[in-house]
Amino acid sequence: MKKILFILLFTVSVFGFSQEKLTGIITEIVDDKEVPLGGANVFWLDTSIGAVTDFDGNFEIDYSPDYKKLVVSYVGYKTDTLTVNSAKHIKHSLVSTANLDEVTVTARQKATARSFIEPANVLNVSSEELLKAACCNLAESFETNPSIDVNFADAISGTRQIKMLGLTSPYILITTENIPSIRGASQAYGLSFTPGTWVESIQITKGAGSVTNGFESIAGQINAELQKPSMDDKLFVNAYGAGNGRLELNTHLNTKVGEKWNTGLYIHGNMRETEFDKNDDSFLDAPLMKQVNVMNRWQYTDTERGYVGFFNIRYLNDEKQTGQVNFDKEIDRGTTNAWGSQINTERFDVSSKFGFVNPDLPWRTGGIQLAYSHHNQESYFGLNDYNITHNSLYANFQYNSIIGDSRHKIKMGISAAYDSYKELVITQDFNRIENSGGAFVEYNFDNLGNLNFTAGLRGDIHNRLGAFITPRFHLRYTPWERSAFRVSAGRGKRSANIFAENQQFFASSREFNILNNDGKIYGLDPEIAWNYGVSYMQGFNLFGRGGDITVDFYRTDFENQIVVDRETPNEINFYNLEGESFSNNYQVELNYNPFQRFDMRLAYKYYDVETTYLSGKKQNALTPNHRFFVNTAYETFPTAKGGHWKFDATYNYLGEQRFAGTKSYLNTIGLSEFSPSVSTLNAQVTKVFSSNFEIYVGGENITNVKQDNPIVGSDNPFGSNFDTTYVYGPIFGSSYYAGIRYRLN
Amino acid sequence: MKKVILIVSFLFIGLTGFAQNKNAKATIEVDGVCGMCKERIEKASIQAKGVKSAIWNVHTHELNLIYNAKKTNLTKIQQSIADSGHDTKAIKAKDEVYDKIDPCCKYRDPKVVADHH
Repeated sequence: MKKILFILLFTVSVFGFSQEKLTGIITEIVDDKEVPLGGANVFWLDTSIGAVTDFDGNFEIDYSPDYKKLVVSYVGYKTDTLTVNSAKHIKHSLVSTANLDEVTVTARQKATARSFIEPANVLNVSSEELLKAACCNLAESFETNPSIDVNFADAISGTRQIKMLGLTSPYILITTENIPSIRGASQAYGLSFTPGTWVESIQITKGAGSVTNGFESIAGQINAELQKPSMDDKLFVNAYGAGNGRLELNTHLNTKVGEKWNTGLYIHGNMRETEFDKNDDSFLDAPLMKQVNVMNRWQYTDTERGYVGFFNIRYLNDEKQTGQVNFDKEIDRGTTNAWGSQINTERFDVSSKFGFVNPDLPWRTGGIQLAYSHHNQESYFGLNDYNITHNSLYANFQYNSIIGDSRHKIKMGISAAYDSYKELVITQDFNRIENSGGAFVEYNFDNLGNLNFTAGLRGDIHNRLGAFITPRFHLRYTPWERSAFRVSAGRGKRSANIFAENQQFFASSREFNILNNDGKIYGLDPEIAWNYGVSYMQGFNLFGRGGDITVDFYRTDFENQIVVDRETPNEINFYNLEGESFSNNYQVELNYNPFQRFDMRLAYKYYDVETTYLSGKKQNALTPNHRFFVNTAYETFPTAKGGHWKFDATYNYLGEQRFAGTKSYLNTIGLSEFSPSVSTLNAQVTKVFSSNFEIYVGGENITNVKQDNPIVGSDNPFGSNFDTTYVYGPIFGSSYYAGIRYRLN
Repeated sequence: MKKVILIVSFLFIGLTGFAQNKNAKATIEVDGVCGMCKERIEKASIQAKGVKSAIWNVHTHELNLIYNAKKTNLTKIQQSIADSGHDTKAIKAKDEVYDKIDPCCKYRDPKVVADHH
């Protein structure tokens, strides 16, 4: 009997030795007392051996003397790695990242941040910032950002136009995951075709961008990173309704498929069926609209071999109707019974990205991007028809490595693009094919301290722009602590899609004229511009709280520009620039954190944007000289369940803007030379109940500022003075909205 | 016959032993506590001739190196790191160099280390 007991004990002890356990307790400090932390993850570094603490914070984990580094993590707490040399009981406290605010100023991730290190002036806008403006697509997501100006393109289509450095969006290269996306036919409405919830983050580069994405950018680059199926919530639902009749529904579904694949289905729908004519000008204040937008993403990740791939397919159908309230599209189209407009767009996109990292030599990476899009817009504006079909192919291959050591990085690659355009403009057909191929190389030097710079060069051969080179340069120098001094310079070249980019003028009685005929793009020459910029950023501590201030100056100088001249009454003229055209942009931006959980951003901008028109050099129309911007955000401390409140408010002031046209003509249509200045205020309150559920309510244009008579000649829309493009401020007045977000992980 | 095989295999061993790797990899432990240390350690490593890549992990204190074994060796790299003020297992930084590093980087001071945890 004793023998059996002995054997039993022996086996138990052997068992015990082979499966040695480490035990411990994880706590957090609340009011100077240690409180058990249940649900924390405990695992051995670089192994799959892990455990989760129980309700009382206790854990038990397999132990072997080979395991030295124990990682303790929990969402909302700083991850700690403990060095373990024996299997003795462990007691450890985690520090909440909320408390870290008091220790280091930068611990809480800022919603919008400018890097102190990047050579280019890049502003990163996180998804948290995107939530500050609850609505609803990429165009509106810039409303809390002073570097980008958002205004209405016209008084009828509700289209938001963005500007950077005082230049309109065609001069900005807009990419989706670094693939040029909003260009050509989608230039006018493309920003409203990317729902806000699909966007994970936005990177805004002021000034000449990188050569790796092409030669077209002039004022800057905007890149939108979309949600990644592996990172996004399993289920995400966002519903939104506004007093201006706008309804939106966003649904994301993400799931893992097998070991290496993740897939996501993103469905967006929006509509407005309510008719508003609050200013009694017989025209709808906001268009009736309907959009269905569906995207399916596949993500492939093979960490062992260092492969990552994305495959996207997207379908969009967007319908807008606007014009006079009594317009019946079935009967009145093509007649002068009533003025109406419809803009119907169908778009299909396929794109893929494939990247690889050499697992042995991590600096050797590369990527291939392929994209195809088909874009078809059929529209009419009163009696003016405008249709455009744009098919586009894009391919880019890039290889990255180092020269000598990782202070010298090099990127090189080749890219090719094909675009075919078919347009019907009123009664005339325009067909055009553009194709180009090019190679680029970009060298980056980083001394791992106070200096780094990027010098890029690309050469392209384009069937309409010719053979040309595009140089770009960015430098960052840090003369002293928490500062960054930046310089950039670069050249951009593009073909202007004059009708697609300026289609708001179809909603006017203006006659379209192209004044040159020897060029290769509608008879016009390519647009060429140089952009130069300097920027200085300084971080500081004031009254123990952190902040930073940035001072920028950017100048864009056009060698050639397609001048969009609306100075002559009843005409819109396009011609090659003769003389000077430039944009000078000064900006001062201050970010400060006056007390805990309160962020404040103030910005002032001064623009001097002038173009030589046929009638002489003038300030560009509808470009204010002054803009002042304030954004404040406050968040309460999260409760135990993660519930908290968020308050955001944005104030914008735009100085007076010049109206195009001669003084006497402006007088006959009831306008003076300059518009009044405009101030608008938006605010939003979000109640977060838990990490799963939140509700938000907000108001746009709370002070109810409205432009009187936004449509010139609205009493006679088929008369010679009809014009919907004299828009300097809001048309709708105040509007309130509410929405919910639900997430399941 | 046996002798031939023996000689040939010795030759091979000799060859492999002498063929020095242009992308040799090594992981060494370097003491430090914060992001500033990371910057200093990586900079000191990469400034040593022949080092192609150096990535230091603030949690594990491990420095992953890729270097050209023809041009340098671990002793030289560790010396360069020690000269910047950081201890490795083999070479400790001189006290006068250590004294000059930023107060927040004083990894030998248990209080500073505790503050970073």
